[in-house]
Amino acid sequence: MSLKLKVLTKSLWVYHAGCSACNNCDIEILDALTPRYDVERFGIVVVGSIRHADVLLVTGVPNYKTKEELKGLYSQAPQPCLVIAIGNCACGRAMFKDSYNSPCAVDEIIPVDCYILGCPPKPEAIIAGVVKLIQKVGKK
Amino acid sequence: MKAEAIKERLKDRIVNWCKHSERRIYITISPKDVKEVISSLFGDLHLRFITASGQHIQGGLEILYHFSFDQTGEIFSLRVLIKNEKKPEIESITPVIKGAEWIEREIWEMLGINFVGHPNLKRLLLSDEWPEGKYPLRQKDS
Amino acid sequence: MSHKIVIPLGPHHPLQEEPAFFELSVEGEKVTDIDITVGYVHRGIEKLSESKHFDQVPFLVERICGICSSSHPYAFVLAVEDMLGGEKNIVPERALYIRTIIEELQRIHSHLLWLGLAGHFLGYDTLWMWAWRYREPVLDCFEMITGNRQNYAIFKVGGVRHNIRDEDIPIIKKTIGDLTKVVDMFCGAITDDPVIKARLKGVGVLTKQEAIEWCVVGPTARASGINIDVRRDDPYGIYDQINWNVIVKEEGSVFAKIQVRILELYESINIICQCLEKMPEGEINTEIKDIPIGEGIGRIEAPRGECLHYVRSDGTNRPIRHKIRAPSYMNVPSNKTTVVGETICDAAIILAAVDPCYSCTDRTIVLDRITDKKVLNGWDLIELSRKKTKELRRNFKSILK
Repeated sequence: MSLKLKVLTKSLWVYHAGCSACNNCDIEILDALTPRYDVERFGIVVVGSIRHADVLLVTGVPNYKTKEELKGLYSQAPQPCLVIAIGNCACGRAMFKDSYNSPCAVDEIIPVDCYILGCPPKPEAIIAGVVKLIQKVGKK
Repeated sequence: MKAEAIKERLKDRIVNWCKHSERRIYITISPKDVKEVISSLFGDLHLRFITASGQHIQGGLEILYHFSFDQTGEIFSLRVLIKNEKKPEIESITPVIKGAEWIEREIWEMLGINFVGHPNLKRLLLSDEWPEGKYPLRQKDS
Repeated sequence: MSHKIVIPLGPHHPLQEEPAFFELSVEGEKVTDIDITVGYVHRGIEKLSESKHFDQVPFLVERICGICSSSHPYAFVLAVEDMLGGEKNIVPERALYIRTIIEELQRIHSHLLWLGLAGHFLGYDTLWMWAWRYREPVLDCFEMITGNRQNYAIFKVGGVRHNIRDEDIPIIKKTIGDLTKVVDMFCGAITDDPVIKARLKGVGVLTKQEAIEWCVVGPTARASGINIDVRRDDPYGIYDQINWNVIVKEEGSVFAKIQVRILELYESINIICQCLEKMPEGEINTEIKDIPIGEGIGRIEAPRGECLHYVRSDGTNRPIRHKIRAPSYMNVPSNKTTVVGETICDAAIILAAVDPCYSCTDRTIVLDRITDKKVLNGWDLIELSRKKTKELRRNFKSILK
């Protein structure tokens, strides 16, 4: 398992699942791909299907509809799959925890490896989070 | 002015006319006239339908239909009060205005108002596992 | 003989944002029906708002949509100020200018974002990278003024929270001045490009009559020849004291929508320049003690169209009803008309053309209803769209003739 993970960190392929997010985090994720930050230099690519992905990025606070979607997505992911929760909503439900349509936080549905706080986190923060995650996985 | 034309056309169907400010006008009408009034506002007077908003207040469920007249920037809000809280019903305006389909579905699931004659009355926003007969926007203490 | 196939699109898609689920029924290449399912982003904000203080609600509604994160608070603030006697009567003049500048900066960032995505769906990834690169300086302006790239937290009932410092004004002016050249370049790269013209003209047409029936708003309506713009019709901020034009195109196709958005970029740049010139010194905030009993409606022209907030107060410090109508709520259902009758490879760009940010192609599986066999998967919709562009590019000499 750990060897597989080590190999995987050489070039992370990420899949982005927006769970009732407000778009800000999603835009910042895409922003990290565009010329100013350009994480593709480091082999980080957004892919179109979870079946090709090493990392699942989750944004937003899941509602009753996306909760099931997220479970499904994670079960289809090839293991080992790392999960990064991006933004305050995904990390701890933030201001939506009293809402009638927000049953649980992301880490109550799937295991989360890395939390990146901020509303929204800046692209620099997202990159820093990913770097820390790679370091953590490398040490295992 | 459009306000005069509306007064002229609706005549005694207007229960109350309230000019809140220069560009915001609230018109109270009775629930049974809704479809007729709206088809004449939308079809003959060429107002643009913005949205409807439902609310649970003391004494019943209230729907406001907001219309805009873009040449003068006025908003005309038609106010309708449905007194029957147990089984609220009103005529659907979707056959007249296609753009009202989603908002009626939303009010139906959020407040439980049944729109008679709606072509596709099913859930819009809430999940299928949401319990029947529980409406998020109704006041709890009544 | 053709047989019917249903293509489910979404709800999670590789590129953009809010999940939404489209079910396209196709016969051969032609789309015959579409069913749209939304609600994947429903967080109950209208109900949550009833438990928040009038000063807290702007922070909440800012998080409805990340791209219009100044439109919703502005509309809410306008609705409350409508109860208090009108924006012009209570808000200091400098605050009105700052509000207008923020609104227009946001329009620029939103339109550039959309242009980039449209390019991506057509297979012009260069355009995507360009547009997003030139969007960054605009975000830097936001960071300079408000302290955050998105979610500006600048609106409050009675004024604004942040001032524009004098030393920032030349920097904003320079950023905006540089943008004019960029928009010129986009104009050349998109509207004069024969391939894009051939690809998008006459595609996904929403006629004027249909636009009226579906009650669409914003650039979607203006591209179909409906001359509406809240900034002119029901002026707020400082728009009534500034010279600018409403852009209207008659055609109604995806190409017209792109044209409208690009030309609006010029108008926004123009408005910001005029505001920075004319902005007076003075207060930026008035203290509001009590919100009276009553109801108010505020509406503004968000980048996607008219955004309306209805607020009712019972004299306490919380709203008892807060209704939010975002522009995409009216624009997205109109896809039912525009997509039907078009080919599948055009579906992605037509669905994206109203700027809902769904373009939804991930987990796309074509199910053959007869055999239940998967025929296509994944990125195929974008791929189809790109293939068509490529073919056109290859034959583009013949288009020119």
